Amino acid sequence: MMKLGKKDILGIRDMSIAEINLILETAESFLEISTREIKKVPTLRGKSVINLFYEASTRTRTSFEIAGKRLSADTINISASTSSVVKGETLIDTARNLEAMNPDIIVIRHSAAGAPHLLASLLRQSIINAGDGAHEHPSQALLDMMTIKEKKGKIAGLKVALIGDILHSRVARSNIYGLTKMGAQVVVAGPATMMPRDINQMGVRAYTKLEDAIADADVVMMLRIQLERQKQNIFPSLREYAQHYCLNRTNIKLAKPDAIVMHPGPMNRGVEISPDIADDPGCSVILDQVNNGVAVRMALFYLLSGGNE
Amino acid sequence: MKLLLKAARVIDPSQKIDARMDILIEEGKIAGCNSNIKASQDVKVIDLTGMIVAPGLIDMHVHLREPGLEYKETIASGSAAAVAGGFTSIACMPNTEPVNDNRSVTEFIRRKAAEANLANVYPIGAISIGSEGRQLTEFWDLKEAGILALSDDGKPVMDAALMRRALEYASSLDLPVIQHCEDKNLSAGGLMNEGYYATVLGLPGIPAIAEDVMVARDILIAEYTRTRIHIAHVSTAGAVRLIRNAKARGLNVTAETAPHYFTLTDESLQDYDTNYKVSPPLRSAADVAAIKEGLADGTLDVIACDHAPHARTDKEVEFEYALNGISGLETSLGLSLNLVQEGVLPLPELIGKMSCNPARILNLPKGALIKGADADITVIHPDRSWTVNVKAFRSRGKNSPFSGRQMQGCAVLTIVGGDIKYDGLASKT
Repeated sequence: MMKLGKKDILGIRDMSIAEINLILETAESFLEISTREIKKVPTLRGKSVINLFYEASTRTRTSFEIAGKRLSADTINISASTSSVVKGETLIDTARNLEAMNPDIIVIRHSAAGAPHLLASLLRQSIINAGDGAHEHPSQALLDMMTIKEKKGKIAGLKVALIGDILHSRVARSNIYGLTKMGAQVVVAGPATMMPRDINQMGVRAYTKLEDAIADADVVMMLRIQLERQKQNIFPSLREYAQHYCLNRTNIKLAKPDAIVMHPGPMNRGVEISPDIADDPGCSVILDQVNNGVAVRMALFYLLSGGNE
Repeated sequence: MKLLLKAARVIDPSQKIDARMDILIEEGKIAGCNSNIKASQDVKVIDLTGMIVAPGLIDMHVHLREPGLEYKETIASGSAAAVAGGFTSIACMPNTEPVNDNRSVTEFIRRKAAEANLANVYPIGAISIGSEGRQLTEFWDLKEAGILALSDDGKPVMDAALMRRALEYASSLDLPVIQHCEDKNLSAGGLMNEGYYATVLGLPGIPAIAEDVMVARDILIAEYTRTRIHIAHVSTAGAVRLIRNAKARGLNVTAETAPHYFTLTDESLQDYDTNYKVSPPLRSAADVAAIKEGLADGTLDVIACDHAPHARTDKEVEFEYALNGISGLETSLGLSLNLVQEGVLPLPELIGKMSCNPARILNLPKGALIKGADADITVIHPDRSWTVNVKAFRSRGKNSPFSGRQMQGCAVLTIVGGDIKYDGLASKT
């Protein structure tokens, strides 16, 4: 087994295909642990992981915590609010204090793009980016790729459609990097106000209509729409958004008959995805994503801790 | 003290002089500028063979942070940075705390500058009280106190009607108005140039049109009111095009750019290094090319560095929270000389953009090596290679993306009013 040649997991953009494959294969081998009656292995006993979350998160934080615990690492959760940080202690000071307590891995989520990079450049510990602003969310893209591979047997050659607010989505960026590296054809769709400038230079085709993007897609990934964007006039109303960008029984027929539907959560039922699609075991793999998320994060902890040494 | 500068290449674009000459300085004034001036006993002779003697360089756009933000810079430390960078005169923006919007602040700045006794420091007054864009300041009173231009730099005048009144009222005093062109609605929330790299980095974008729209608006207002306007730190191809067009139509529009806008692109931001965070933001390679064209064809009259010193605490934070600005006075000339090395500009034109052009715009009787003028002189070593070392900056602001950069050419002697204020002649080459 090869080793991961990195101290940190900051994004998929700077990850090689070999590294992605290594993480996915390692994660696949960890899946079984979560099905055992005693869901714990001693692999990371004596290691400690700090989850430093500057943004509210249920799923991702819990996933990292469970991943650490199943490998017998000590996991510590810190919830901080950025508003107090702006006025009080700096991120660097917080991080240096944590470093002085000698954890092995720090998982950080932050509303400011680049915050994990700042920590990675200063600390000797491994940093995992659990989402930074609209930049990257690498563990999400890895669990998405793992789920696609699991359901489709491959990634290369598939058509994957990402629908929604691409401009503000770190999930979209990480998936675009990962999926294009792995040989998928990636298309995105959303109103022009939700399209980042020069997105085509990232190797994707952009559409303004959902129907154009999901035509013949193997994978349809719906992104969460955030209500507060309405105030910035990114879109006029949820009502109108849902009328044109909600995945439903009718428009999903444009995708391949065996297409799978994904969502990074949390879902706005009836806004970007209709409940009967979200709950349809025939196409929805949303809960498989969550299950695979634990395995992917176990793999990241394991590989950053030295792998099979 | 009498000084005789011997055997340098004297370049004075205001008089179209580019020749090997000597310059005699007596009682703070230029006493002669000729070939082979004989030195009398009481004259200190400096042999400047191989050097360039230019009119004292002028940077018309700096932030000195005093009063109020002395932890970033003081008038004394900023003046020391200026003379070390080859600048004999600097014009300082009013965004201090309190804002330079009244006579007492202007007088305070002038007093501190006199105490520092290094560079000539010319305060720029605020257009509106507190630079809040609502009520005009007392232009006459500020002018009497010593301002030589008006600007709400950093807080552009968004209200077009207020801008109209400011240009009209200022024209009756012949005070130049300098506008930082940025439509604050278009740039709201933005952290870097909008484009591919902002998309990749997930940082909210500041579109080039935020600058272009305001440049267009202000050109229109200046045209209508038959007044003049100076556009600060041009960073976009669109703004260059608009200004070029306005000049071609004979309008009284002048413009400056800063060294980072012809040296760096938004690609530099890839590591989220906050030293690259400036306002306006670093733009695309196409914009950089347009800035160089604008410098070459005269659309851009002036190079001014927008010296914006900050403390570590302002920069060593998440990119989003970091303050904008580059501490530029000590790298400006070196970066600008690169334009000559690249063939963008002949050296005399470059010197013009850093001496007589800003003097003309600011109505300053400077920027020319004529007999009887103040002996403000910058001696440039055109070939000396050096490495930017922010730790050695005279400025308190060590915030420079050029740290470690190799440069060719620098100021080696800065003479202000006949006195040597910076002497780097003996430094290792």
